[in-house]
Amino acid sequence: MNITWYLILSAFIFAIGAAGVMSRRNPLVVLLCLELMLNAGNLALVAFSRMHGGEAGQVFALIVMVIAACEVVIGLGIIVAMYRNRLPIDIDEMSELRG
Amino acid sequence: MWFEQVLFFIAAAGALTGALGVVLLQNPFYSVLSLVGHLLGLAVLFLLLHAEFLAAAQVVVYAGAVMVLYLFVVAYIGGADEPLRPESGGVAVFGPLFALAVAVELCIAFISSGLQALDTRGADLGPGFGSPGGIGELLLTDFLVPFEAASFLLLMAAVGAVVLARRRRGLEEVGTGKFSTRDDPPTETLEVRV
Repeated sequence: MNITWYLILSAFIFAIGAAGVMSRRNPLVVLLCLELMLNAGNLALVAFSRMHGGEAGQVFALIVMVIAACEVVIGLGIIVAMYRNRLPIDIDEMSELRG
Repeated sequence: MWFEQVLFFIAAAGALTGALGVVLLQNPFYSVLSLVGHLLGLAVLFLLLHAEFLAAAQVVVYAGAVMVLYLFVVAYIGGADEPLRPESGGVAVFGPLFALAVAVELCIAFISSGLQALDTRGADLGPGFGSPGGIGELLLTDFLVPFEAASFLLLMAAVGAVVLARRRRGLEEVGTGKFSTRDDPPTETLEVRV
């Protein structure tokens, strides 16, 4: 398969994730859509690494996976803290972040 | 290479339907399960791109560990159904339009970038391309600083998660009820802060 197919697929996955980030209100689903966007970036990085024949793109993708894991941990921690403080689990309601 | 093409289209369709399921399904539980399907499709695509170690890490770490974390939190806070569209019309209309514009723009940017190698199947690869040995060697030689920065970031995220998710009231009750009746006050500051 040509590399262009992978890049176009990653563009569509990125757009789907962006639409989810903008139109969903549950913060859990917004985090999931952020994962979609990061994964689209990963797919493009790996496709370019295949195009060049170097492994640096795969190392970048690996580090992006680490960043995604950190983001998940912090985001889920914030959601659990919201639930403990009996705040509504809704992005529109959450206009300020105070400890 | 018709087998590779068939496998690509199956995996791409799986990844796209998984992504659409994440956005369109109303129950967050099903969204997480749909993301697991999406990640498995992406792992097949990584295998087609000769990134074997990355595909294995994707399945084990991402589709395994991170998604289990998501499922725990969804089960903890109770995945309540939500109406898909916000009632205000602005975001509901312009969100998908903006996403479509982003997709079209990215496609135009990719196709018209003038890179000659985009229309090929990629460079010729050595035998060990994408193996754990090659990636590990790169991580410990050329990319040592990003590797250490990523590990330090993971440490910070772990500490931050503990700080965010601890039960503050519970700790104070334990501190006042159990330890403050002792006679030796200098040690109690050490054992309360867990």
